[in-house]
Amino acid sequence: MTVADTAMKPRGLGWEAAAFLILLLYPLFPVFEGGFLAATGRSLGDQFPTVFVFAVLALGLNVVVGYTGILHLGIAAFFAIGAYAAGILTVASYPFGAPFLVTLVVGTVAAALVGLLLGAPTLRLRGDYLALVTLGFGEVVKAFLKNAEEITAGTRGLSPVPPPTESLDWASDYRPFYYLTLGVLIVVYLLLRNIEWSRLGRAWVAIREDELAAACMGLNPAKLKLAAFALGSGLAGLAGVLYATRLTSTSDPNAYDFNRSIFLLCCVILGGLASRPGVLLGVFLLVGFDNILSPILDGLVQRNVPGAGEKIYMTFTGWRLMVFGLALILMMRFRPEGLIPSSRVRRELHPDGTQT
Amino acid sequence: MLETFAQYTVLGLTTGALFALIALGYTMVYGIVELINFAHGDLFMLGAFLALTLLGLVGTDTFTGSVLGIALCLVACPLFCAALNVGVDHVVYRPLRTAPRLAPLVSAIGVSFVFMNVGLFWGGPMDVNFPNLLPDANLLGEGSAVRVTAKDLMVVGVTVPLMVALTLFVKFTRLGRAMRATAQDPTAAKLMGIDTDRVIGATFALGGGLGGAASVVYGLYVNTVSYQMGFQNGLYAFTAAVLGGIGSIPGAVLGGLLIGLVRAWGSAYVGERWSGALVFVVLIVVLVFRPTGLLGSRTREKV
Repeated sequence: MTVADTAMKPRGLGWEAAAFLILLLYPLFPVFEGGFLAATGRSLGDQFPTVFVFAVLALGLNVVVGYTGILHLGIAAFFAIGAYAAGILTVASYPFGAPFLVTLVVGTVAAALVGLLLGAPTLRLRGDYLALVTLGFGEVVKAFLKNAEEITAGTRGLSPVPPPTESLDWASDYRPFYYLTLGVLIVVYLLLRNIEWSRLGRAWVAIREDELAAACMGLNPAKLKLAAFALGSGLAGLAGVLYATRLTSTSDPNAYDFNRSIFLLCCVILGGLASRPGVLLGVFLLVGFDNILSPILDGLVQRNVPGAGEKIYMTFTGWRLMVFGLALILMMRFRPEGLIPSSRVRRELHPDGTQT
Repeated sequence: MLETFAQYTVLGLTTGALFALIALGYTMVYGIVELINFAHGDLFMLGAFLALTLLGLVGTDTFTGSVLGIALCLVACPLFCAALNVGVDHVVYRPLRTAPRLAPLVSAIGVSFVFMNVGLFWGGPMDVNFPNLLPDANLLGEGSAVRVTAKDLMVVGVTVPLMVALTLFVKFTRLGRAMRATAQDPTAAKLMGIDTDRVIGATFALGGGLGGAASVVYGLYVNTVSYQMGFQNGLYAFTAAVLGGIGSIPGAVLGGLLIGLVRAWGSAYVGERWSGALVFVVLIVVLVFRPTGLLGSRTREKV
């Protein structure tokens, strides 16, 4: 088979399917959940919905950064739009009281529309300027959420966002959210897999690799970028709806700041630009570091070293930025294609076929 | 009414001069290696912590101690920031010179995180007070409605000479000419016998040095420092650089002053809490209608 043949066809799902299968089965064997709880005092099943929600968000970011190569530094803004759409449509202080499916659709569409509105005039800018526009937009949205208290309830956030249905126990049992978010993630994953190998997906890669050449072949880079921007923003909005519903609150606007955007970017870059399995692994590792590994290690250190909690450099969470920063630097230096590279990106970065 | 306007204009011009000084570090590096040096703001933050530590060591209880401390900071912080910037360029960015554009940019974000973490260990998670060494007395007389203090003068007195010196340096010295040549076309500059790696190093040193000077001025002017101040101020400064036209030295100065004024007038007439957002709205509008900034030349993206 030639390179072109392998590039045009989707690979089999292979071990990705296996990973999803394990995740689907996990709640059916409470022995794992119980064992983890006993060993660490934390529920693993409770963490997974967070991983899945951020995975949807990261896959959305990956559409923009990975497929089309636009550096997007404000994805959290679109995440926020989804979350606040869910908040406005459901909380008691607004008259809507919309059902969950409606908020899911409205949140997604609203974020995608805002993405279109922001993208239409700015996507023709050169890369670095565009990155700055997305960053600036993120800051504007955050300032709006904080300050437009009549609409967003300021730093208190909109709450309570009701659970998706009344029939299940969404609050104390982790499984309904587990399956809801995992289901959405799988649908998004398969959708993106198909888009990736469609005419649209191949066109995105073409403009990433060489915009000029792609334009000469009759592609319209502006339109294509706009489509990627809208899709990425829409997925971020979808993730936002899930996030707010799970927290039963839009939470404080600081949940949607620059750090969040960069965190997601780290996930995508660590896992592998344009590589769906890589993005999932990146989210899994970084959310795991934040929500499972560092609290557990912090607990260990604090139990064994008296007075360690008072010194910030004696806590694991105190080293978070250092770990993330070094990870970014080392990845860029030694493995820019990510942990699970997309075959195409690897070929781009190592054109002579060498492996590092 | 007029007094308010004048007061906020003074505020805008002084903070603007500070932003301009930081913006120069962004614009010079961008002009020469086309890298948004995300870590520059955090370099500035580390400079401020060094100043804080040095002032603590010298002791600022006496008048001579204060003068000595400030003088020491104004020498040591720029040197420190310059050395750090050159070191980071050497270790992190130089191996990525030929890599795709995203790689050094993402590395710069990484360096920014590392710096921020160092700042967190250095100064702790809370705001830290910076010694208030300059008199707060109104130089226009206590009765006057508009306040101009020694601090305002100090900011202008440090920033303006530095900017003038930088402009002269880039215009008239051999190294300055080499910088302009490298910015215009690195390959051609190399062919003309310019040691471009040395020139790039010098650019990082100059940019870092200006950031270091800005950090001392900032500490003395604002009197609070925190490990997060680099991000916010870096963002304003970078916005200033883009607004003026990135790569252009007078552009950075103009952009800095404008950003300072937008923020000050914004907090006077729209509300303090909106002033930050206002800056970015201005930025987006400028980029949409004049993507090369106010004074930037219309260059094409290099293919």
